[in-house]
Amino acid sequence: MIHIAVQTADIDLNAEYAALRGLSAQVGGIATFLGVMRDINDVGGDTAQVNTLTLEHYPGMTESSLQAIAQQASKRFNLQAVRVVHRVGTFSPSDAIVWVGVAASHRQAAFDGCAYVMDYLKTEAPFWKKEVTPQGSRWVDARDSDTAAQQRWQL
Amino acid sequence: MKINLKYFASVREALGKDGEIVSTLATTVAALRAELIAKGEPYASTLANTRVRAAVNHAMVADEVAIDEGDELAFFPPVTGG
Repeated sequence: MIHIAVQTADIDLNAEYAALRGLSAQVGGIATFLGVMRDINDVGGDTAQVNTLTLEHYPGMTESSLQAIAQQASKRFNLQAVRVVHRVGTFSPSDAIVWVGVAASHRQAAFDGCAYVMDYLKTEAPFWKKEVTPQGSRWVDARDSDTAAQQRWQL
Repeated sequence: MKINLKYFASVREALGKDGEIVSTLATTVAALRAELIAKGEPYASTLANTRVRAAVNHAMVADEVAIDEGDELAFFPPVTGG
């Protein structure tokens, strides 16, 4: 069972968790990840205060990309469910940005499935971040470490 | 044939528009990219950047992929969601 949502509204963590918790008695483990906005961008030694962050996406492609990633994860780790909620709009530090929850028979599949979805989401789903710092606004650069995190699943 | 172009994030800002419909004889993403670059600035410096990715009909593709009448072709920088 796959559920994908791209929304401006905050993420209802209780409802998302309940949807996984209520699945079936075959579920032996649930892993979840919540991505939260930080007030600092420390990439490449260039540390900057971040006041707000705006996320845009490619409507239509975003949903199909997340659906494909969730399907790959379901198949590879034999997951009973994958739920992905990603927000778009303008955010302040500590705001929730993305939530991934997966249900599996055993813990390792749950941990791996959740990490796999996040690693592919970061490198393939068409979202872009623009941050506002005291020095002005700038588009966030893609990180090589994110590409490396995705590539570890190709071994 | 007509191709529906879409631009996102820094590419959209550099080109000053979120998309356009172009008539072209180009049959691959690479050929259409080259056609746009040949129009000069702001296309030239923006689309000559090899980090700018392409998607055809919502699927991320390599530049040698073929395009066809009515396709939606998007250009955008590396993604930074999550």
